[in-house]
Amino acid sequence: MSASLATRGRNNSRGWSLFAIPGIGWLLAFFVMSVYAVMAVAFGDVDPFLKTAIPAWNPLEWDFTVMSSVLDDVFNGYLGKVFERTFLFVFAALAGCIFIGYPVAYFVARKAGKHKGLLLAALVLPFWISYLMRMLAWTNLLQPDGLVNQIIGWFGMPDNHNWLDGEWHTVVLGLIYGYIPFFILPLYSTLERIDGRLIEAGRDLGASSFQTFLRVTLPLSVPGLMAASVITILPMFGDYYTNSYLTSGSPKTEMVGNQVEYFLRNVGQPQKGASLVLILMAMLFVLMVYYMVTTIRQQRAAER
Amino acid sequence: MKLLRRRHGGAPVLAMVTWVYVLWSLLPILVAVRISLNDGRSRSSFQDMSFRWYWGDATSSLWHDDTMHTALFNTLRLAGLTMLIATPIGVAMAIGLQRWRGRASNAANGLMLVPIVTPEIVFGVALFLVFSQLYTGFPDGITRQLLGHVTFTISFVVVIIRSRLAAIGTQYEEAARDLGASRLQAIRLVLLPLLSPAIFASVMVVFATSVDDFVISSFLSTGTSTETVPIKIYAGSRAGSTPALNALATVMLVLTLTAVALAALVLKGIRRRGGEDPGAGGGLAGLSG
Repeated sequence: MSASLATRGRNNSRGWSLFAIPGIGWLLAFFVMSVYAVMAVAFGDVDPFLKTAIPAWNPLEWDFTVMSSVLDDVFNGYLGKVFERTFLFVFAALAGCIFIGYPVAYFVARKAGKHKGLLLAALVLPFWISYLMRMLAWTNLLQPDGLVNQIIGWFGMPDNHNWLDGEWHTVVLGLIYGYIPFFILPLYSTLERIDGRLIEAGRDLGASSFQTFLRVTLPLSVPGLMAASVITILPMFGDYYTNSYLTSGSPKTEMVGNQVEYFLRNVGQPQKGASLVLILMAMLFVLMVYYMVTTIRQQRAAER
Repeated sequence: MKLLRRRHGGAPVLAMVTWVYVLWSLLPILVAVRISLNDGRSRSSFQDMSFRWYWGDATSSLWHDDTMHTALFNTLRLAGLTMLIATPIGVAMAIGLQRWRGRASNAANGLMLVPIVTPEIVFGVALFLVFSQLYTGFPDGITRQLLGHVTFTISFVVVIIRSRLAAIGTQYEEAARDLGASRLQAIRLVLLPLLSPAIFASVMVVFATSVDDFVISSFLSTGTSTETVPIKIYAGSRAGSTPALNALATVMLVLTLTAVALAALVLKGIRRRGGEDPGAGGGLAGLSG
């Protein structure tokens, strides 16, 4: 569609690149170089006395000994447990997001009728509320004498449980609560765009509404489901504040991010911290690429 | 049940799940706000109402605790400056990337998308290391936090603006060019006004992202003077804290929601004047694909 604008100024069709240059320059300087700095530190050296990083900017001087020891720890040692736990938390939280989020997105997109506007506003509202305030709210609710225990007490169950003492349930709840808005919204927009005539056709051809859902709506929503899952999983893998905030930093619920922070900020072992970041990135690479490719396809489809 | 069924086109269970979800997602916030009004120190149960933690308490209320205002001020200043820098860079980049064709453009577009899918801890660590090892000339604290926030938010602006650009098409600009406008005039007089709702939406998204950010601010923070509200809330969980923390969060909440409400009104005004529907949820929908 922009072909005609481009052809009009064929002699300076590249002129449009001028508009993009400040942004590209900024991202090269502050994003690409930053990621490169992580590599330079991970494969660099460390000052024996000050424990500060001595990065190796020249790739020919890169030294992979720390990386291989960290990798060894990931596969055989303590870090392996941390990775395992991170995976468990993230996938438990993702399962929760799908279980709660799919029906909600589906209802608001296709069945809400006159309440649609109101419900949509309610789905968007958490985006405007600070993530940590939302977690703060749960630390209020989950105190030993907090509302959650009071409500449990009404049902005659023991009501003095300390939920904030390194409970994995609490962490998974926190992750679900924190990230579910990011899951519901993309799924909602996919479900909303499904052509209603396809669903009607399913019904007309004799399928029950549940069969129509299973064989028409659900398959059509898979791309949205994937995109929503990826965009929730990615930040969850790097999360270190939800768990430590909701468990007062208990080591029982430590995730990969906590180890990164620990190596970099608490005990001067920047090489280890940086290596761990690179391992995390490598692990998430496929998901990142998946999301980018889908986005690019959508851009192309929209511009056609 | 019967009532729900009639109202919700035969999906009473779904309706119930949805309304329960909405309550679950919002009630905790109301509880946190209510606790900010506690007269006592409890952060878990409701006590008599007072504004003790807003201004009553002589040492640790929001009004009297310097670290609290500093955090509030830092957060707003950071978000304001981030908006001012990231929005123009992002809008220009979106226009450029959409029209400039070729391999280099595709590569730049790919590069632009990477920050969106990068987990924040990677972002935080990367910026922390680049500033401490390479760009040591940039003053630490707010300057570095600002550069970090801009880097983190540019891509959101680009994605939102691009989806709007695709919807606008080029015919308006072409008409302007046919009538003798130069390329820059066509952009300034035709394209930018058409883009204004999307620009507005991006400004709001940048603001919300910056205000909400904990990881990058925290990795680039150098102490109390560079703390933001999220850092303050996070730190408060460990030290024996008071409902003043809830008061701080509540003030931030009220400020953000007021800004969003005002923005929604302005957007409505722009839309009415422009006559054309810019795709209501354009902002967030653009982000969420």
